[in-house]
Amino acid sequence: MTTDGMIETSALRKSFKTRGGVVEAVRGVDLKVGEGEVFGFLGPNGAGKTTTLRMLATLLEPDGGEATLAGADLRREPGEVRHRIGYVAQGGATWDDVTAREELVLQGRLYGMGKAQARERAAAAITGFQLDSFADRRCKTYSGGQRRRVDIALGIVHRPRLLFLDEPTTGLDPQSRAHMWDEIRRLRNEGMTVFLTTHYLEEADALCDRIAIIDHGQVVAEGTSGDLKREIAGDVVTLGMAGRVADAATALKGEPYLRDSEQLESGLRLYVDQGATAMPQIMRVLDAAGVEFTSVELHRPSLDDVFLAKTGRLLREDAA
Amino acid sequence: MKLLRDTWLVFARSMSLTVRQPVWVVVMLMQPLFFLLLFGPLLKPLFGDDAYKIFVPALLVMLAMFSTMFVGFGLIAELRAGVIERMRVTPVSRLALLLGRAARDIAVLLFQAVVLVLLAIPFGLSVRVVPLLLTLVLLAVIGLLCTSLSYAVSLILRSEDALAPLANAVSQPLLLLSGILLPLSLAPKWLQTIANFNPFAWAVDASKALFAGRLSDDSIWQSGIILGGLALLAVFWSARQFARGVR
Repeated sequence: MTTDGMIETSALRKSFKTRGGVVEAVRGVDLKVGEGEVFGFLGPNGAGKTTTLRMLATLLEPDGGEATLAGADLRREPGEVRHRIGYVAQGGATWDDVTAREELVLQGRLYGMGKAQARERAAAAITGFQLDSFADRRCKTYSGGQRRRVDIALGIVHRPRLLFLDEPTTGLDPQSRAHMWDEIRRLRNEGMTVFLTTHYLEEADALCDRIAIIDHGQVVAEGTSGDLKREIAGDVVTLGMAGRVADAATALKGEPYLRDSEQLESGLRLYVDQGATAMPQIMRVLDAAGVEFTSVELHRPSLDDVFLAKTGRLLREDAA
Repeated sequence: MKLLRDTWLVFARSMSLTVRQPVWVVVMLMQPLFFLLLFGPLLKPLFGDDAYKIFVPALLVMLAMFSTMFVGFGLIAELRAGVIERMRVTPVSRLALLLGRAARDIAVLLFQAVVLVLLAIPFGLSVRVVPLLLTLVLLAVIGLLCTSLSYAVSLILRSEDALAPLANAVSQPLLLLSGILLPLSLAPKWLQTIANFNPFAWAVDASKALFAGRLSDDSIWQSGIILGGLALLAVFWSARQFARGVR
């Protein structure tokens, strides 16, 4: 059985019992990811991102809802799903005292391959991810970037059609991150569908064909990064302020050109129809109200703004 | 067959890690060894020439309890490294994730037991092959019970800091109420009554009977049923923990 979507979920739900009561981590997530897409899943910490990912990877049983992954039903045939998908967790997956090659061969064997095939696949993964120079050293000697590449090689050793990557570049230096982006593009070019979560909006912007934003356990926006930015019409004016942000917001409230505003820790972000004409008016209003600001910046909406508008939070404040 | 194959894979992997760090196999053998060398001689005036025939089988049960009750530490380290999660996204049998590790732990335990018996022979211990083999089977069942429990609890607690005091709190009374250090026949009636509820006290009885050559002793099949039943329950519970996403 095949379906159009590599991932199709409807009303996926999960709640946890904690000491404080029941936490509804995922409250009805509907997603559709097409074959060959790189799909970005964004959300603040605690939004339900990782819980959704872990459910799709068969690591957590959903409380309700349906999901089909690469044509296999998540709840009825989790074993089949496991054969068809790969999953790379956030925290790494290698053991210090063994080599990457040993890990890769074992992983292939756990997927049901015979010894010879597992060895051959391990060798192919080592070449493909350029692990040659260190694959026969113990994992504890690897750099962060090397270890991350081994993690991903482990996730695709059985050549899944669909790969889940949980924050693939978190904690990597810029060079390793660029390298990782190239690897992900290479996998996509080979026909693999990639579903990734990230804290970096520029990563989603550069790498992902489509993006979904999850907040409070629900998808609040979905589309290409262009679509999402277009949803926020007009321009963005960001005022840098040393204080009295609330006063400035009050003073500007009701101005006809102002569509929306967000108070930040160090200033005010204003969504306006026409940035060029709104700016002088904003300055006059603030002058009249006696509120000082340190800088003013006009820009087109970025994914940051989409995120802020949809969740009321900045992604990066959260990541810190 | 998939279960056997997967269990073998997990066993081979776990064993290769153990072989790389053989110092732990020796460290876990130190405690019963100290008892053999430093406590055994105290029993000689009490029990005469039979002292080691009574004490060594009990020591073996103690080894089986203590060498396996703390195996969860290794699992917690693997959890932290993400290795367990990585294995759980593959189609590998969840039961094999447990049984492969338990098989490694039991193999290590049996090796330690044989070493302990060999070291006790110069002290005057004598035992026949068949009773010894039956004792090793009993030890393997104890090992399966204790490793399964240790793994299940580790998967729930996910912290060494919580596992260590818990394992100690459980193992100390079980040890004291098992008749390992001194026979329970010396104990007052109420203590014997409590000890009747300790499955390891039954194991000690059986192990002593085997070493004494009393192969038809009731305690042997009784302890086999009690510990075998408990081990099955523990395996069932523990395999469920491996299958469940604990978060």
